[in-house]
Order: sequence, then C-alpha cells, then structure tokens
Amino acid sequence: MSAARDHWHKPPFIANPLLRYGLYAAIAVYVAITLATLPIDWDRAAQGLARAGRIFGGAFPPSFQRSELLIDGFLESLKIAILATVGGVLLSIPIAFMAARNIAPLPVYYLGRAIIILARSFHPVIVAIIFVKAVGFGPFAGILTLIVYSIGFVAKLLAERIEEIDPGPVEAMKSAGASFLPTLVYAVVPQIMQRQIGLSIYQLDSNLRASAVVGIVGAGGIGATLANAFGRYDYDFALAITMVIVGVILISEAVSGAIRKRIA
Amino acid sequence: MEQLTLQDWSRYTPMQRFQRYACFALAALVVAWALGSVNIIWAWVWDAPTQMGDLFSRMVPPDPANLDQILLALWDTVNLATIATALAVLLALPVAYIAAQNTTPNAVTLWIGRFILVSSRSVNTIIWALLFVAIFGPGIVAGIVAIMFRSIGFLGKLLGEAIEEIDPKPVEALQACGASHFKVVLYGIVPQVMPTFFAVSILRWDINLRESTVLGLVGAGGIGVILQGAIDTFNWQEVSTVLLAIIALVVTGEIVSSYLRRRIL
Repeated sequence: MSAARDHWHKPPFIANPLLRYGLYAAIAVYVAITLATLPIDWDRAAQGLARAGRIFGGAFPPSFQRSELLIDGFLESLKIAILATVGGVLLSIPIAFMAARNIAPLPVYYLGRAIIILARSFHPVIVAIIFVKAVGFGPFAGILTLIVYSIGFVAKLLAERIEEIDPGPVEAMKSAGASFLPTLVYAVVPQIMQRQIGLSIYQLDSNLRASAVVGIVGAGGIGATLANAFGRYDYDFALAITMVIVGVILISEAVSGAIRKRIA
Repeated sequence: MEQLTLQDWSRYTPMQRFQRYACFALAALVVAWALGSVNIIWAWVWDAPTQMGDLFSRMVPPDPANLDQILLALWDTVNLATIATALAVLLALPVAYIAAQNTTPNAVTLWIGRFILVSSRSVNTIIWALLFVAIFGPGIVAGIVAIMFRSIGFLGKLLGEAIEEIDPKPVEALQACGASHFKVVLYGIVPQVMPTFFAVSILRWDINLRESTVLGLVGAGGIGVILQGAIDTFNWQEVSTVLLAIIALVVTGEIVSSYLRRRIL
C-alpha cells in the first residue's frame, strides 16, 4: 500500500511521461537546430540599437511638411480600396455560387473551390509584385491585387452562407416550375443579401488596410509614398505617414463596425 | 378583409425604400468619383490580359534547377515563423494580463496594455519589417522581430478577451483559501484560458507562415528573398517554382494547424 499523499499536485498537461519528456526534448532540439541554421548575422543585428537610436532620432518630431503628398497618397489608397471592393464583390458572387455545394454541380463546385483556394494562398504582396510586373507600376496593379484578395475572402464566406440557406424557398420555386436563374434571384439571393452587404463593408475596410501594404511593392497608394520616404531616409516623414495610416485604419474600423452593427 | 387582399404586397415601406435608394445612389457616386479620378493609364488596362497571358506563358514549365535552395529557404521561412510566434506568445502573456480588465493591477497598466495592443495591431507586418530592416539590416533577424511586433497585438488582444471572460468563482475560491497571487493566477486563471491560448497561438502561427513568405520582398529574410531575386532577373520559370513551393507551404500549414487544433481542443 502506498503512503497517503498529503499534497495535491497539479496533473501534468500530458499524462504519459515518455511522451511529455520526449516532446520537451524534441522542442529543445528543434530550437537548437533552428538557431544554429538560421542565417543570422549577429554582428549586424548587434549594431541595431545604435541604428534604432539614429532612426528614431531622425523620426522625431514627425514631419507633416509634405502633407499634400500624404493626402494624395491616401486618396489614391481610398480609390484603390473602393474600386477593388466593387470589382471583388461583383466577381465573388458568381464564384461563391460555383463554390456552394448545394447549388453547383460537382465539377463546377471543384472549380469554384480551386479559384478560392488559389486566391487565398498568396499573400497580397506577392500577388501585387506579379501584377506590377504584368501591368506596370501604379494603382491599376493595386486594384487587381485587392480584387484577388477580396475574392479569396468574400467568395469563401459567401459560399459558406449559401450552403447554409433554408432550402424551402428553393424547393417552392422549383415545384412552381421556375428555371435556374429566377430560382437564384428570388429564392437564394434574398437569403444571402444581408451577409453580402456586411461582408462588402468589412472588405472595404480590409482593402484599405491592405492597400497601404501593396503600395510598398509599387502598386500605388500611400504605401508607395511610405516606401519612398523610407528609401530616402526621410524618417520624420515616414513616421508622419505611419501615424496617419494608423489613425485612418482605426477610424475606418470604427465606421465599418458601426455600419455592420446597424444592418446586422 | 376584402381590402387587405386587394392591396399589393410590398417588402419595404416608402421611407425604407427611399433610404435604400439613397444608400445605393451614394455608393454609386463614390464609385464614380473613384473611377473618374484614379490615376490609371487605360491603355495598360486594355493591354492587361495580353500582358498577363504573356507572363504566365513565360512561367511554364516551372524550372526546378534551384529547388534545393528553394527548399532551404522554405525551411528557413518555417523556422522564422515558428520562432517568432513562440517569442511573441511569451511576450504577449504579460501584455494580455495587464490589458484584461479583471487582472490588470490598476488603470495605468490597463491603459499601457491597451496602447501596446493597438499600436502593435494597427501597423502591418510589412511596415514593421521595413522599420526593422532599417534597424537590423537585411536578414532574418528583422523578419523575426517584425513578425513578433505584429503578433503580440493579435495574441494579446484575444488572450486578454479570454481572461476577461473567465469564471470568477475558482479565483475567489483560491483567494478565500489564502492562496498567493501567483498561485491564484496559475491555478485559477491559467487552466481556464489554456484552450484559447493554444487555439490562438496555432491560428497566429498559420497566419505568420503566410506573412513570412513575403518578408523577403522588403529584405527581411525567408523564401521572399529568392522570389524577389528571381523576379528581378526575369527568371519567370523559377518564379513559378517558388510560387508552387509557397502554395505547398501554405496548404501544409493549414493542414497541420487544423490537425493540431482538433487534437488539442
């Protein structure tokens, strides 16, 4: 008979001790290997503090002298975001119907899913550099990029919503002899409209954020202005731009949240 | 009764209809403004399908000549994302603790916590990377720090919300037994937020895997460096190999993270 335990011990997270210690060992080995193999230039990193001091010294106070450039950049970002949202949402609707299991025939369903997966696999910045190479620098490349980005998100969520609709109205229309298109328009669309509007507003907000980023690789908007400021060591202007980006994002988040709350 | 059946059914009242049309008109106006004033060279737009087709025809077939280097860079990318996520999780714990209303020591710390979370989340990883490349020089260190700075806000916010939603009874019970503050946290709070903690960390790891594929485009290490190099030298067949490798990475990351989530939750 074992001695009565007078202390309660917290049960370990993983009950099997072999697995537990094995896992710890595996993690330690992994960390050691990664730290050893990652191409880290420690000397260069060690100079970081001095450089950070210089950069922040140059960045304060933020300079709003070239506010015209700043405003132009932002207006362009806004236009990119609006046009990409419209284009992306319009394209998302047919793609979402293709990718909904209860509407589309199987081959079409797989095609729709493939489009969505492809649109979601690449970070918008990668899509942006490819479009910049294909159609040149500027907002057009940014719009195309964010259209792809919007399809990946809006079409995915819209397809999920379509799969969740109440089949009653669809059956009613079919039994009344309606053809495919009227069935979609009168039985499916009213059920997904609200979600679609909410998603569009969310996506507009999201595109505005992303447009700041894709500009860094040449796709127009405020990101291009920011990358230029960094490239010319204009850290005070870069700080001003970053501060305005943060402010605009916070405002647009609040606005889109308020709108979505009202319509939901 | 008679009159009701004769009336036309309409979905909206006149006022609602007016509001809807006003919204549509406003949206149309905004779009027209954007379309009319955006600085686009339309000749390029009409030319775009040809150019895109040309680009993609240059990309096939993918050229595997540099595959070993690409795989090595892919491995670095995974490690970059993993290490950065792990460090960010460690740093996010105290931030979440002071940013949650029920655990923060006082109003000042709450305010500090919230400030850290908001400033971390509102700056994109790429913008953080630009800054840290300027500080640490091009390379993987800048990438790790950039991903950390962005992840702390995400992790801290979600963990803080989880802490705010805990059941206060175990905490009170421990306090009533005279447990020390550290033990209250360890036995009263930690077990309740554990599932969220793992779910959020795995989710962020998955996101960071995607983000770390593009860090190289601003010089912050990972597979993006090779991608940028191949694009700069117009080596489109290698570009398509890298893109395929990135798809494989992202899809694998999604499978791994959904498997882990199912195992743990």
